[in-house]
Amino acid sequence: MSQVSTASVWSAPRLSMRWWPVFLRNLLVWRKLAIPSLVGNIAEPLMWLVAFGYGLGALVGQVQLGDQKVPYILFLASGSICMSAMNAASFEALYSAFSRMHVQKTWDGIMNAPVRLDDVVLAEMLWAAFKALFTVTAILGVMLALGISHSPKLLVAWPVLLGVGITFSCIALIFNALAKGYDFFTYYFTLFLTPMMFLSGIFFPREQLPPLVRAVAEWLPLSAAVELVRPLFLDRWPADPLRHLAVLAVFAVGSFWVALALTRRRFRG
Amino acid sequence: MTAPLIDVSHLRKRYGEAVVVDDVSFHIAPGECLGVIGPNGAGKTTTIRMALGLATPDGGEVAYTLDGTRRTMPADALAIKARLGVVSQFDTLDPDFNLAENLLVYGRYFGMKDAAIRARIPQLLEFAALSHKAEAKPGELSGGMKRRLSLARALVNDPQLLLLDEPTTGLDPQARHLMWERLQLLLQQGKSILLTTHFMDEAERLCHRLLVLDHGRKIAEGRPRDLIAEHLEPDVVEVYGVGALALAQDTALRALSARVEVSGETVFFYTAQAHPLLAALEAHPQLRTLHRPANLEDLFLKLTGRQIREEG
Repeated sequence: MSQVSTASVWSAPRLSMRWWPVFLRNLLVWRKLAIPSLVGNIAEPLMWLVAFGYGLGALVGQVQLGDQKVPYILFLASGSICMSAMNAASFEALYSAFSRMHVQKTWDGIMNAPVRLDDVVLAEMLWAAFKALFTVTAILGVMLALGISHSPKLLVAWPVLLGVGITFSCIALIFNALAKGYDFFTYYFTLFLTPMMFLSGIFFPREQLPPLVRAVAEWLPLSAAVELVRPLFLDRWPADPLRHLAVLAVFAVGSFWVALALTRRRFRG
Repeated sequence: MTAPLIDVSHLRKRYGEAVVVDDVSFHIAPGECLGVIGPNGAGKTTTIRMALGLATPDGGEVAYTLDGTRRTMPADALAIKARLGVVSQFDTLDPDFNLAENLLVYGRYFGMKDAAIRARIPQLLEFAALSHKAEAKPGELSGGMKRRLSLARALVNDPQLLLLDEPTTGLDPQARHLMWERLQLLLQQGKSILLTTHFMDEAERLCHRLLVLDHGRKIAEGRPRDLIAEHLEPDVVEVYGVGALALAQDTALRALSARVEVSGETVFFYTAQAHPLLAALEAHPQLRTLHRPANLEDLFLKLTGRQIREEG
């Protein structure tokens, strides 16, 4: 028995298919609220797009991207869709997951049944990624309708954006595991996500950044997302796709592991 | 002899310097209801959490023999929990689902097929006396209804052993009696129950055996009637009213009783022969007296003291 109590929270994840009924539970709740939540999820990104894309775009005109000149609205749309994936996943894995974990004690109820904490955390991670994919799909639909891009390679952007959702839900779950209350998440948004938005080449090319900042910004997960998704909007293939995919994968796997360890510590009584 | 469903031996748990469970052992035989009683902070909930593999013991072992196979916590947690039903101290019902959906979603956590769960939902709701509320949400239910839904949810997998942490705390008498009736029914059906409670009448009514915990240690164990006979005089005379407290020092009255206790404004005389004592008390007609058999509450207060506990 004593060897059990010393089992590290850092031991490898023990995952099984028991995450699926937990995911289904979240899906069933969301199905009842899908339409209002859809409006909330896509209204804000579309306002950014209209205000900045058409408003600021008229002043900026075209953006030089390598050997190509790109209308600002297209430049912005191809970056902001990554931001939408990031925000949707982060909100779900922070505020909503925290409600289920801490406020409603839904996780405690689930763990009285034969479901491990590891599977609950996996289910929450995949659920937040699914929410991101859903949001992104709706926004892509509107962008297609507005004629911002008709690139057939958007079909490839779709699974990439799911990967972006996965990465950011993994990161957010670290902060979920550390939170004492909802206020804590404000720090995460204002100190991490907002600066990242400005450093990752969504609103302006990263070439505008001072060299030192730029050197760091190159390795941010949101930069990797933009580097992968933006060319697909322009009907091109990304340069260095493996490097950017690797950045996303490293952030996802590393963060999931840390998030799981911290969540296990939180629940270990 | 059949193996006990749960066999807890020498369980120990500490949080920092504080030892919250200290060398606690107990078992539950098939068909038995074991009550765990003790003041707040005695270690009841921590013991249940360790029995469920949710807290890791610092020593000792929790073993289950369900369906004839011996398994230990937490190594075989999933196989064990597949055959357990749990009602935790605080409701964890899903506020966004109606009652039927709550049961359906919970059954899925056990790997049950939707059709199998749906077939059980009407009888589970009927058991909880909630058939008329199938479409309601937990937020619309009274406290008693919520607890009964939690109990019905714990039965979705047809468990062999139920672990109930204070299932009637906060309920009014009607709701409590209905819960007792349901638990009696489960015992008649051959289920076994581990129950923690603060209510001595509940423990006396439902439990075949009791475990008394205090400061993390087991201080008594046995059948309710046996425990009372072992630790207490059979009769109690309570005296209260103006001037009652002075009687606690009255040598004549003290000589007629085996033990005298004072709590608040009331004096408790414990005795094997109440009649001489009652006759002597007739000299104080202004005081009110209550003559009754010693009960589990007397036992509990004798064993754990009358002081209010920190959390109480």
